Amino acid sequence: MGLTTQAPSQTFSDETRTNASLTKFLHGLPGVDQVGADERAAMLSTRSIKTSAKAEGIDLAISMIDLTTLEGMDTAGKIKTLCAKAMRPDPFDPTTPSVAAVCVYGDKVAQAKSYLTGSSIQVAAVATAFPSGRASRAVKLLDTSDAVAQGADEIDMVIDRGAFLEGRYMDVFEEIQAIKVACKSAHLKVIFETGELRTYDNVRRASWLAMIAGADFIKTSTGKVSPAATLPVTLVMLQAIRDFHNAGQRKIGMKPAGGIRTAKDALRYLVLVKETLGDAWLTPDLFRLGASSVLNDLLMQRKRLQTGAYSGPDYVTVD
Amino acid sequence: MSEHIEVRRTAKLFIGGAFPRSESGRTYEVKSPEGKFIANAAQGSRKDARDAVTAARAIQPKWAGATAYNRGQILYRIAEMMEGRRAQFIDEVSPWAKSAKKAEAEVDEAIDRWIWFAGWSDKIAMVVGSSNPVAGPFFNFSVPEPTGVVAAIAPNRPSLLGLVDTIAPIIVSGNTTVVIASQDAPMAAVTLGEVLATSDLPGGVINILTGSYVEVAPWLASHMDVNAIDLSGVDDEKIAAELEKASAENLKRCLRPGTELDGLTRIKNWLELKTVWHPRGF
Repeated sequence: MGLTTQAPSQTFSDETRTNASLTKFLHGLPGVDQVGADERAAMLSTRSIKTSAKAEGIDLAISMIDLTTLEGMDTAGKIKTLCAKAMRPDPFDPTTPSVAAVCVYGDKVAQAKSYLTGSSIQVAAVATAFPSGRASRAVKLLDTSDAVAQGADEIDMVIDRGAFLEGRYMDVFEEIQAIKVACKSAHLKVIFETGELRTYDNVRRASWLAMIAGADFIKTSTGKVSPAATLPVTLVMLQAIRDFHNAGQRKIGMKPAGGIRTAKDALRYLVLVKETLGDAWLTPDLFRLGASSVLNDLLMQRKRLQTGAYSGPDYVTVD
Repeated sequence: MSEHIEVRRTAKLFIGGAFPRSESGRTYEVKSPEGKFIANAAQGSRKDARDAVTAARAIQPKWAGATAYNRGQILYRIAEMMEGRRAQFIDEVSPWAKSAKKAEAEVDEAIDRWIWFAGWSDKIAMVVGSSNPVAGPFFNFSVPEPTGVVAAIAPNRPSLLGLVDTIAPIIVSGNTTVVIASQDAPMAAVTLGEVLATSDLPGGVINILTGSYVEVAPWLASHMDVNAIDLSGVDDEKIAAELEKASAENLKRCLRPGTELDGLTRIKNWLELKTVWHPRGF
């Protein structure tokens, strides 16, 4: 999973000098054609996938999952079963790939780490007063460094949507930078909560803002707000990643999260990535699916392809 | 007033309380025994069957969890709606009936039997269940519970009466069903779907597919999320044997074709007995 953070070749130092210059840059980005984005996502989601490609796609999707539990009622037992499932999603079939990471609250990192000993599965922690992000900078930094100290390999931070919508882009920018420093070697995923950003233009702006500030991944949603990840929003973010890379910058990863429930949904996201960014991004290092229920459906579809008979929820775990 | 142009009905499937066309987009011609064209019916596919099972599974706990009284009321309501469509049903079964009188008799019998099965909803537990004498300080009860999702192939003829005899005993106890209607005469089944949609029956409790059971039934027989299968309508011994074999994979309860059953046994076919040992205390 060695995703290395390369130094940006162009520093955007002029654009990020003041809030005014940053605003000018972000608002100078070309506007998103909303109807066009919706249509393109809808068109790509009707693409037919043949059986052999589907089998590969299902295994690839499983290997990209950030298996997630973010509930107030998370117990040590819940984390343990989640980790067991992450390592062996289908205990009856050792050819099933393991997932990419488990995603938990910061205080559960050490537990998750211990249950995952000996596997290559990453532990991601949500931090910065997830999911609202309503806390002071000091609390957010402490939240982050605490999760890192417990051994988190990845940090999922939320941006301050209030500041973003008020136009205080510089505050958001500096906060991401500060969190990135607190992450040390852990990878930083920046959550926009696109359901609260209202417009695709805002999604594009937030994407650039986070990428310039040092995000390793950009992520759609917390999963606590509806609408969560949608195909068009993901398309807009993937296009931003593509444009950023074409401008001579790093490869940024993408993580749609929330609302992805069926294997069909998952495959549609893979088609979107393939068509927008190409094969280079079809790896767990650069694309993740933030979900938990989708794993069961992927396993059932996998079984269906293997046995030729439809499977059912009696043959996967109850989460 | 301009001349009225007849608005023709598109015969569709009934899945999850909605009326979709087949996802395959296919239809087939329904013809009378004399070869006269009657209508185009939707030709259901394996994916329609899959969607129907998903719908049936989703609603099953709610349907089984409804009180027996409530289930009975809904079944009575279905009979009321059938009565309102009596003329339409007669019209739809008559091409296959020997006489107009016989068509009428089939429809009346179908409605009567529906009422008869409806009455059993809050009585079946008393007849099938028991309190058992045991050698220990326990109350010991056996109570019937629904099997779950039951797939069914309805007999080709009589198309309406056969369908009622198949599905009413399945759902009355809290099962949900995916039924493949008569291939030759599916129009009464299409109308029954419209009756069900206006009867407070939760969407997905009964799902009606039209088309070829030879094509669709193997997918239901091998489906791991189907708990039982009624092969009453299978008129080919070889296919019946194959379906029975496929249904063994997850130990489905399987009703063989040609089994003569009284009404109560039809209901009992789709029940499991749960026996509870309850300590009696001092």
